[in-house]
Amino acid sequence: MTDTADLKKTPLYDAHVAAGARMVPFAGYLMPVQYAEGVLKEHLWTREHAGLFDVSHMGQARLRGVSPLSAFEEITPSDFIGLAPGKQRYSLLLNKKGGIIDDLMASRPDDDGLFVIVNGACKDGDFKFIDNELAPQVKIERLEDRALLALQGPEAAAVMAKHAPDSLTLVFSEARAMTAFGLPAFVSRSGYTGEDGYEISIPGESAQAVWDMLLADPRVKPIGLGARDSLRLEAGLPLYGHDIDETTSPIEADLSFAVSKKRRDAQDFPGASRIAKELAEGPSRVRVGLKILEGPPAREGAEIADGTGAVIGKVTSGGFAPSLGHPIAMGFVPPAHASVGTKLNVIVRGRAGAAEVVAMPFVPKRYVRKL
Amino acid sequence: MRFTKDHEWVVVEDGVATVGITAYAAEQLGDVVFVETPEVGKTVKQGEGFAVVESVKAASDVYAPVSGEVVEANTALGDEPETVNAAPEHGGWFAKVKLSNPAEVDALMDRGAYEDYLGTL
Repeated sequence: MTDTADLKKTPLYDAHVAAGARMVPFAGYLMPVQYAEGVLKEHLWTREHAGLFDVSHMGQARLRGVSPLSAFEEITPSDFIGLAPGKQRYSLLLNKKGGIIDDLMASRPDDDGLFVIVNGACKDGDFKFIDNELAPQVKIERLEDRALLALQGPEAAAVMAKHAPDSLTLVFSEARAMTAFGLPAFVSRSGYTGEDGYEISIPGESAQAVWDMLLADPRVKPIGLGARDSLRLEAGLPLYGHDIDETTSPIEADLSFAVSKKRRDAQDFPGASRIAKELAEGPSRVRVGLKILEGPPAREGAEIADGTGAVIGKVTSGGFAPSLGHPIAMGFVPPAHASVGTKLNVIVRGRAGAAEVVAMPFVPKRYVRKL
Repeated sequence: MRFTKDHEWVVVEDGVATVGITAYAAEQLGDVVFVETPEVGKTVKQGEGFAVVESVKAASDVYAPVSGEVVEANTALGDEPETVNAAPEHGGWFAKVKLSNPAEVDALMDRGAYEDYLGTL
């Protein structure tokens, strides 16, 4: 058990406790897993209104240097040179075997370099890796004094309108420095719930004031990590350390969109030979979505079996889908069992429950791609 | 009503114990979305897992607070698992167990002792 005394707190720790949060250790921080209403209601609130998440545990950094865009391509499969100012891209840090060190969001501010956001549990390792690989070409400036809030849901844009009018000029996957809440903010129209919404980077010392301003709006409620996880699961989005890790390639993980066409042609990224081979011949396993047709939720680690009872894979994340009213899961199976409609079984507590391969996302994404 | 340190409750009538989880346990679990009750006829031993309750996030074992034979299971929880949250000490019961060792019940906490115990958590 982690000694809570060793855990860090985000600038919003006191705000969470005051709001009735249950705090748990997560990624080295004490974070709110849920508030008084509970995961189910928080999840549905986000799908119907606007949910406010403290994601300040995530790693924020600016990458600057002589040629940070081309340098960052050395450790990722993305086209960053072709990334226009004001645009954001989902990308992956890759090891030499084409395995995923972490997934990340990188955006190109109007000025120089990149603004990257990486997973909280991975951030120290990620920044060390980037430094080892790319220094002195690239200089990492960790933005540890900044908080990160996510406002997600169909009413997020209307809520943001009064605090950050410039945010309404963004569409999905755009990010810009702007004045928001009267502060120097960096705002992207993105998130990890499948909903329209924003991620807002602000000075840590102002986080409480921004948090209070947003919660003063009756359309906004604070949402914990529990619902964040069920929302991203319904959106079919992989979670690092669970659905993807250093052994998983982007192709196996159904993230081939993160391997840019230009880079596929050039084959100049870590693990390019494995990834090119998997693109050409197909990988030996692939991430699929499963609808659990009967029985209990199949959670991480549950075995997946075919109709004959042979174990063919494992669930990497799963649980109850509040928006759908039944359990869902993600897991890896051989391509022969990966077609939508394939009937499989998940083994939970020794018993086989019927499941079916379904298309992801489980719940349609509602990103705003055009104004 | 008697209570265990694992947050189960027991009510005994004519040698049969009705068993559930306490309001405290239901609140800690959060929204219950699935309940697996034991099969009728199954023999259970005090302290062993005999049912499973799942919240959105996690599965948790429910331990038999007494030994005996399961004579009835609350199968209604299959369709309405949320009853465990709404009425943990009434409609949200899990199973009825015919006691094989009634003395086990006497060793469980009464409500006052259980509430004192909750105060220490």
